[in-house]
This record gives sequence, structure tokens and C-alpha cells, in this order.
Amino acid sequence: MSPVSAAGHSRRGVVRSHTVIGADPAPAGVHVDLATLLSVDPEAKGRGLRAQAQRVMALCAPGVLSVADVAAHLYLPGGVVRTLVAELVASGHLLAADPFVPVAQRHEAEFLERVLHGLERL
Amino acid sequence: MVSNAFSAPYLPAGMRSVKIVVLGPFGVGKTSYIGAISEIAPLRTEERLTQAGQVVDELNVATKSTTTVALDFGRRTLGGGIVVYLFGAPGQPRFADMIRSLLDGALGGLVLVDTRRIEESFESIGLLEEADVPYVIAVNTFAGAPLYDEAVLRDALSLPPDRPVVHLDARHLESAKTGLIALVADILRPMRSVT
Repeated sequence: MSPVSAAGHSRRGVVRSHTVIGADPAPAGVHVDLATLLSVDPEAKGRGLRAQAQRVMALCAPGVLSVADVAAHLYLPGGVVRTLVAELVASGHLLAADPFVPVAQRHEAEFLERVLHGLERL
Repeated sequence: MVSNAFSAPYLPAGMRSVKIVVLGPFGVGKTSYIGAISEIAPLRTEERLTQAGQVVDELNVATKSTTTVALDFGRRTLGGGIVVYLFGAPGQPRFADMIRSLLDGALGGLVLVDTRRIEESFESIGLLEEADVPYVIAVNTFAGAPLYDEAVLRDALSLPPDRPVVHLDARHLESAKTGLIALVADILRPMRSVT
């Protein structure tokens, strides 16, 4: 903890979006980030889904999008989409790939080297 | 209920995303920065937050109120199946919970600083330190803004000595990308030294 963070910040905990929008809680164990990449499970059937979930499935059908992309294109709050997506992942309709976060392993350094080289080439 | 499916910017299958959060006070250039890096026009999502009794509002004292905060974001695909998502987070203390949530799962943070009001970036640094997310300081070189010696800047921000400081122009890709390069290089440094 550095002197900076000791300067009066009180930790009140993260406000989970599903607790403030009144939607169903996200299924246990399904983590969905705004930068999580989504694709439709080709085996999945869209029947029986609620309207908002069907909109998510329809938007994602042609290709890969992030949760944030879905929220922006459907004009829905990010927290609402995260909850919808978590349900669709848990039910097997969507496949989700969370963003990369390093835990200091060798193959992760290789990945980050590729990120670095990609940025340098921009 | 207009569907935007036809215009959605789809990515190829099999990509891996990286999340980087751009922080700093209102008007410091976060959206310009995201626009300079992004290959799509920056998009916006809303995050709702509930602040029980936090809002001092004469009509609404000590009641539970819901506010929304707009998050601008953009993305850039790199070679090798990597896509970088940039999210712009407002630095005001009242959004701290939302920023903590946004920092969860982030590779790193980039704190934009306007040297005319350095202290306004202090809160962002505190949140990054608290979340233990690596970050760099990026001084947005506004025309006419005072130039500071790096030591003065570090002192003004109580910046830990190991945090990199870069100077860039948030409006232009060539300059803006140096902030991301500094961030990723900084994250890689201790990994490279492991034998």
C-alpha cells in the first residue's frame, strides 16, 4: 500500500450492477467483464429466451463482439448486459473469453511481448 | 428497438482481449485518447450506480438514488489475434465504486494528467494503487500548459518512484500509443528479468 492510496480512501466494496437493476443475480461462477469476448455456441437454440436475451443472441450471431460492444449497440447499461450474458453463458447459449490478465508466467510474458510489438507497429 | 446488428464491428473468431482503463479528470482528454487509438468510432455504455445517502441533494437527502455514468470505449486489433479495449473512466470520487469494478480484470491503467490541474489526477492514482493495477502517468501536452520537471510532477502526485511518466499528445495515434507501449513494457519488465 503506497502513501497515495492511504490518503483517505474508504473501501466500500464494488456495487454489483445486478444488485441495483433488480435483475436476477448472475449465476455463480460465471464472471463477465465488459471486455469479455462473446460468440454464439453454434449448437445453441435461441427459443424460449426472454426478449432482451434474444436481442443479445441476434446481435452476436454473425461474429465475435465484446460485452461493451453489445451494450453500446443495444443501448443497454453495461451492468444489464453483463447479467444477461452471464445467464446466456451459464445456459450454454454463448461462449465467453475473459480478457487477459497476467499472473507472471512465462507464456504470459510471450503474450505480452506480442501485445508490445503490436502496439509498436501501430 | 432498432437493431444495429448490421453495423456492429465484429471481430474474427479466436481473439484474446486485453482491457486497459484510461483515467483522469473531466476534460483531460480521455475520449480524445481513446479515439486516437481506436479503430472504431468510440462507443458509449452507461453504468448505473446506486449511492445510498451519498448524494447531497436537498430534495433527496438520505434516500437511495440511482445515477448513471457514461463510459466511453474503443478498441484496436493488433496482429496475432489480440484486441485491446480501452475504457475511459471519470476520475471523480463519487464514481470510485464503478472504477474499482472497471479495474477488475484490467491489464493496466493510463492516467492522463493536465499540468494546469495536476492534483485532479490524484484520485485516479489512488484507485489504481488500491486495486494493485499497474499504471503509467501520461502528461497530455496541451498547448500553453506549463511544462513541469518530472521530479516536480512526481512530487505533486505523490507518485511512487517506479511508476513511468510519459508525455504525449492524446489526439494523435503516433504520440498516444507511446503511453500504451510504456505501460506494457513496464508490466513485462519484471517478467523478463525472471530467468
